Amino acid sequence: MNLNTNAKITWCPGCGNFGILTAAKNAIEELGNNEKTVIVSGIGCHAKIVDYINVNSFYSIHGRVPPTATGVKLANPDLNVIGFAGDGDAYGEGLEHLIFAAKRNINITMIIHDNRIYALTTGQFSPTSPEGFKGKSTPKGSVEEPFNPIKLMIASGATFVARSFAGDIKHLKEMIIEGVKHKGFSVIDVLQPCITFFNTYDYYRQNTYKLENHNFTDEKKAIEKAEEWNYNDGGKIPLGIFYKVDKPTYDELLLKGRNPRKM
Amino acid sequence: MEFSILIGGEAGDGVKQAGLIVAKIFNELGYHIFVYDDYQSLVRGGHNFSIIRISDEKILTHKDHVDLIVALNQDTIEKHFWRAKGDVLFDSNKVKSEGIGIPALSKAKEMGSHLLRNTIFIGAISKYFGIDLSIVEDVIKKSFKKMQKENMDALKFGYDSLDEKHKIDKIGEPREIHSGNESIALGAVGAGMKMYIAYPMTPASSILHYLASHEDDLNVVTVQPENEIAVATMAVGAAYAGVRTMVGTSGGGFALMNETVSMCAQSETPVVFVDSQRAGPSTGIPTYQMQADLKFVVNSGHGDIVRVVVAPGDAEESYLLTANAMNLAWKYQIPTFVLIDKHISESTFSVEFPEVKKEEAKLWDGNGDYKRYEFTEDGISPLAFPGDKAIVKGTSYEHDEYGITIEDAESAKKMQEKRMKKREFLIKELKNMETVKVYGNENSDVTLLTWGSTKGACIEVAKELGLKVVQPLYVEPLPMWELGKHLRGRVIAVECNASGQLADMLDIKERILKYDGRPFTPEELKKRLEEIL
Ligand SMILES: Cc1ncc(C[n+]2csc(CCOP(=O)(O)OP(=O)(O)O)c2C)c(N)n1
Ligand code: SF4
Repeated sequence: MNLNTNAKITWCPGCGNFGILTAAKNAIEELGNNEKTVIVSGIGCHAKIVDYINVNSFYSIHGRVPPTATGVKLANPDLNVIGFAGDGDAYGEGLEHLIFAAKRNINITMIIHDNRIYALTTGQFSPTSPEGFKGKSTPKGSVEEPFNPIKLMIASGATFVARSFAGDIKHLKEMIIEGVKHKGFSVIDVLQPCITFFNTYDYYRQNTYKLENHNFTDEKKAIEKAEEWNYNDGGKIPLGIFYKVDKPTYDELLLKGRNPRKM
Repeated sequence: MEFSILIGGEAGDGVKQAGLIVAKIFNELGYHIFVYDDYQSLVRGGHNFSIIRISDEKILTHKDHVDLIVALNQDTIEKHFWRAKGDVLFDSNKVKSEGIGIPALSKAKEMGSHLLRNTIFIGAISKYFGIDLSIVEDVIKKSFKKMQKENMDALKFGYDSLDEKHKIDKIGEPREIHSGNESIALGAVGAGMKMYIAYPMTPASSILHYLASHEDDLNVVTVQPENEIAVATMAVGAAYAGVRTMVGTSGGGFALMNETVSMCAQSETPVVFVDSQRAGPSTGIPTYQMQADLKFVVNSGHGDIVRVVVAPGDAEESYLLTANAMNLAWKYQIPTFVLIDKHISESTFSVEFPEVKKEEAKLWDGNGDYKRYEFTEDGISPLAFPGDKAIVKGTSYEHDEYGITIEDAESAKKMQEKRMKKREFLIKELKNMETVKVYGNENSDVTLLTWGSTKGACIEVAKELGLKVVQPLYVEPLPMWELGKHLRGRVIAVECNASGQLADMLDIKERILKYDGRPFTPEELKKRLEEIL
């Protein structure tokens, strides 16, 4: 099945979103079952991805990817639902939804295009921008410390928490496949350089490493690993699965075998 | 023939439940009932009361004056004595009053629980009205699954503690009795609703409670998400996936849903929104009534939006119009709105529901390439859902026929026009439906224009004074084709809000308004009318 659409891609050349698009398409292809796949996006540069992949999609509004995706999943649990959101989208405008999606362990996957900036609105600081970040709205530097979304998601009850890098398509594809296959709420924080407003390619290439021999079922160890890098400068940045456990999912518990689409 | 009974007590005394049981007893005898529940936003203490009105004719509201006051606390006497046309029954362990005292609390405790006090009074009320004990026993047995023997003893004690004052016999068969909120839930189910999503907010909460407790027999799924923003967006996701979904809230929660109203319009996703109005603005008086969200709901969301807003005035209309709102939402792929208020939501009515059914939306035939937003004659594109053979691309962004983002002027204009075109066809359909009701003396040169729950009082007063009443059932699109015919001569708008919102929309100058959180009673409205007629 051809996953390309006729839409003209309008990301800046060199944008990290291209890596995410390629990895996502490869993962969707490998996972198969395309006609049962639904992708949902928010609003931001990242969100355009739904136009570029030829599967069912819903282009939702800023911050609301988790509830839109949850609605789709609850309406028809046979569907395979993947959300694509920005860091502004998921960790700012709609953080409450992300936390509740994790708390409920709804069986969807969230891929966060974390460029640590509000890009589409031309470069303001975001919830994961480093402290002191100089953007259009913070010319003297942001005074806020960033969130550590990995820690936040583990604490919120997500049962699959991973980090990847848009510059490593192979790793990202694997993470997406693992996340989608995981039964429960999976979230992948994808470090995504924004060529135009926050070019972090070199920084990530120099400072990331892959998690090895990490016991991802141990919550304490997962938090320890997450704390190696607090989204400020300094520290090595682990990539891979931080945390993964099995728990009953929200859709299973709430629907008890019912499928509203077929009711 | 009609009677009214007021039962008053503290929150926690079970006044509401006792009122409902009394209504059920009279329903068994074949009478029409109406129950008004007045309560404060607190869980213990304060003052609650129910007015149960019984009539051999259809009734849609309560009256100020009552034939029997039942006082479980002293406040009931202090606050409501002015209403008394007949006797006062009171708990002599707690209340000082003239009338018929029953040592209910001490007796109830002696019988095993202070909760039996209400059953004692139900017995007393039944005897007062000369109702056959066996009928009352049946209702009590159905109402209380626990402590059945104790309840029967309490009932007998109450029944034997006074003489009968009236002799009410069975005049017909019982009807169904439902609150407005239950009627909305059932109407939606009748039109194919499979999912109801809500965040608790009085006076809409009991839609969620009712559906949650009837999930299995009504074949619906209920969901309570983190807030109203999630509620509305989940509904969009569910509707996009092909499931008829409704959401419900009050004004404050509906304010949070506004971005989603716009998303429904742009993405052409059908969702039914219920706004049960409370006294506002903002938190206002949470458990009291007002009709002040009319302009807000009619204009909700940003951008140009084709929508339907129905404004039922009683439980039967709530049932029918909610079903219509669901069917119209899916036929036209638009957001639709059920605008009611506390006086309908939480009051209990005798009902005979009309027939409703799920009317099918325009579905894709499965041939060729699927275009979610295909241009058509009436602006309505055939629907397909993810998981079917089609690739379905829904979007909040301006788009081409496939649902792919566009921003150029020509395509944007065309798509905007496609959406707006639906209104023309919608109005055509509405013209064949009942959109306005007219009551009373059609030849009167005075017309009362009203909407929603206020119609109950208007109809009664109009009957007494020989006036005409006009009630639009749809407030968007406003059925001018009908209203134009009926709004002639002197028109007085009657609404429960402080500005006269429907009057503004129809440019009616003369207004009788009420905005203290309490609905009009026929007595009060009559007085207000007589001042100006
Ligand atoms: C309710 C609302 N507020 C603000 C905006 C404007 N807006 C569009 S994108 C965006 C931020 C985008 O940041 P992010 O989610 O990180 O996505 P990116 O563009 O970086 O991919 C904002 C604030 C909006 N569309 N909706
Ligand atoms: S602004 Fe940044 S995130 Fe947006 S397309 Fe350009 S490079 Fe990518």
